[in-house]
Parts: sequence; structure tokens; C-alpha cells
Amino acid sequence: MTILETRALGKRYRHRWALTGCTLSIPAGHVVGLVGPNGAGKTTLLNLATGLLAPTAGTIEVLGEPPASGPAQLARVGFVAQDPPTYAGLSVADHLRLGAHLNPTWDAALARDRIDRIGLDLVQRAGKLSGGQRAQLALTLAICKQPELLILDEPIASLDPLARREFLQGLMEFTASHQASVIMSSHLMADLERVCDYLIVLVGSQVRMAGEVEDLLGTHRLLTGPRRDPCTYPADWHVLTASHTDRQTTLLVRTDSDIHDPAWAVDEVGLEDLVLAYMSQSSKAEPGPAPREEVQR
Amino acid sequence: MIEFHLDARSGVAPYLQIIQQVRRALRLGTLTVGDQLPTVKDVVAALAINPNTVLKAYRELEYEGLAAAKPGVGTFVTATLNDGSLAYGPLRRDLERWLAKARQAGLDDESIEALYRDTFRSASKEKAI
Repeated sequence: MTILETRALGKRYRHRWALTGCTLSIPAGHVVGLVGPNGAGKTTLLNLATGLLAPTAGTIEVLGEPPASGPAQLARVGFVAQDPPTYAGLSVADHLRLGAHLNPTWDAALARDRIDRIGLDLVQRAGKLSGGQRAQLALTLAICKQPELLILDEPIASLDPLARREFLQGLMEFTASHQASVIMSSHLMADLERVCDYLIVLVGSQVRMAGEVEDLLGTHRLLTGPRRDPCTYPADWHVLTASHTDRQTTLLVRTDSDIHDPAWAVDEVGLEDLVLAYMSQSSKAEPGPAPREEVQR
Repeated sequence: MIEFHLDARSGVAPYLQIIQQVRRALRLGTLTVGDQLPTVKDVVAALAINPNTVLKAYRELEYEGLAAAKPGVGTFVTATLNDGSLAYGPLRRDLERWLAKARQAGLDDESIEALYRDTFRSASKEKAI
């Protein structure tokens, strides 16, 4: 089963395409990181996946069904929007009651246990909670409906490091105990590197790169060697970035084969550098791996 | 039961860090045959890492014959690495002698480390071939 399957998906707001030609196929069981500069289309993609937006072009399926196609589909997907959505005037207990009434698969015991562990006061109004507590309350509502897929839009951007770690601990515990999948957008690469095993890079309304983190790290290499003419590079190299001094050439290369030429010093590339390389590529440059070839196996 | 920790800056993949920590505990005797490893849920709840990372580490330990999974219960230690400890003394003395020689030859700490790492890597490569 796939958690997200899109084909040439696009969304236009008036005259501007916020997302175009988005084709993805992500198997279940992944924690997916969605990264890209501001305005790249991350929130648009997540809102399409939750059914809050309807596509202008192409198709999208979430857990094998069109998003928000009925109560059953809605029950399978949890969503935490940007700026953790809680009701400032309602107490923590009110939020839990709301969750219990709105969700047929609500786990009340899990909710009590989580509120207890986070240390939230049931009578406290959400408006009086700290940012970290509000985020934890929103996460509690989303996971206690026991979704198969949890979609989070920049859930930790505004939190301090401790609150961020606690949020991610709760999130990972849930994915482990419920075998749930997650799609989350974030700018915080260090956090994404810990929790994500699948990555989508969105730049300028388009998917620049998508795939399992392990494959991405295994197929990208940083090469340093004596200065060389680019036309001597092997045909199966995709050069992402190249910089030259009068003597030296440094390349970030995507290739499926080993690099045997001893003239190149070969280093592995960290996830953050890899993502930055894809993000900084201009749209005219050679596009990254086509998402389809990356995910189809 | 042991607890894992993660050094995000070490450059060592998280699943390898978990394997290394289990192996170290087996070597030191902190873990021994029959001990249970922390459950996947406990590890990810403590470290905030992807559950597949822990599963991968445990699968690797199973493959090495150091642990075995009991479905629905957990993963348990099936072997120890403790018996090699007798060889440590003489090896350490060899290494100390070698280090003294390297210093005499004028190598500083950084060069010694680089030389060791380079030799280790090429020797491992030869072994792999």
C-alpha cells in the first residue's frame, strides 16, 4: 500500500501555480520529511493530501483513496496544521472531549496517559499553554484518533530545542507502537535527519528529489580531484554542483556505480548538504532524479 | 537492560551507533546471553529516532548471531563477545610500543591517527576482497 500516490499533481491559485507536475509514490511505513524553501509549495502539497484543497491538475490518492473522500478515509488520516491548532478558550479537558466526540476510533486511555506524561493540567485553557505544550496537545489529539498516516505541517518550527525533542519522542513512539506512517514538513534538517527515512525536496513548486534517505546517501558522492574538463566525466554521473579553482575541481555527483578513478578523493555527503545542493540548484539546471524512477522498484 | 545514546555529529550512521553500543556492552559484560535489548518503542521514545533505524540495527545484530528476536516479546542477546579479552593485554602492549616508535619517528597525534585510520581502512578493504 502507498501512503501518498500522486500523478502530475498541480494546484493553481489564480495565476500562480503553487505546485506542478508532482508525481510521487511513497510506500507505507515511512517517516517522510518534506523540505524546501518558503513558498516552494510544501503546505499546498500537505493541504492537497488532507483534502483541504482540491487539485487543479493530476490525481492524488492517500492510503489508496482520494483524500477526504468520506468519514472512513478521514478517520485514517491525522493532521496537525501549522501554528498548532488548538482553541484558546477551551481547556485541555475540553480538547480531549472534542477529540473523543469527533473521532470514532479515539483512544481515551492513550489520551489520558499522554496528557499525564506531558504534565498538562486538564483545567488549563489552551490559550495559557506554552508553545511546546500547545504543540503536544495538538499532537495528542492527532494521534489518539489512531490514524494510519499522520500529516504534520512544520510542527516544531516555533519550539525550543527541549520541546522539539519531546515532541519528536512522542511522535516516534506513536509510529513505533501503531506502525503508523508520517509526512512532515520542516526546515530543521538535524531533526529530520534523526526521524525521517524518506525525503521529498520541493523547490519552486516542483519536486526536485524524492527517495529513501539510505538510497539518497548511497548514490551521492562528493569528489575532489585535479581540475578536469567536464566532458571527461562518466556518462552516468549527474553533476549537482561543481566548483573549480585553477588546480582543483570539487563535484557533488549522483551516480549508481562505484567511483574507481584514483584521481578523485571520494567522500560521503551528509543529508543537509545534499538537500542544500538540490535546493540551490536553479530551475534551469539539470533536474534531479525523476521522482518516479527513484521510488519505483 | 542498557540505554542507547546518539551522537548526531559523529558522522557514524545512527543504526551503526546502536550496533557499536551493543557490541561494546557485550565486550564489557554489561550485556550477556539471555538479556533483553530495549524494545524498539522504548528506544525511539528516548532518542526521537526513526523506528526503522532500530529495527535495522537489531536485524544486523541478528545476522551477526549476537541477538535473536522473539516475536511479540522482544530481542534477546544470544552470544557474548567477552572471551576475546585475554588477547587484549598483549595487543595493547604491541600498540603502545608502536606508538612510541611513531613518536620517535617524529609523527604528531594527528599524523598517527591518520596513519592508523588509513592502514585500518585499506586492511579492511583487502579483507573484504
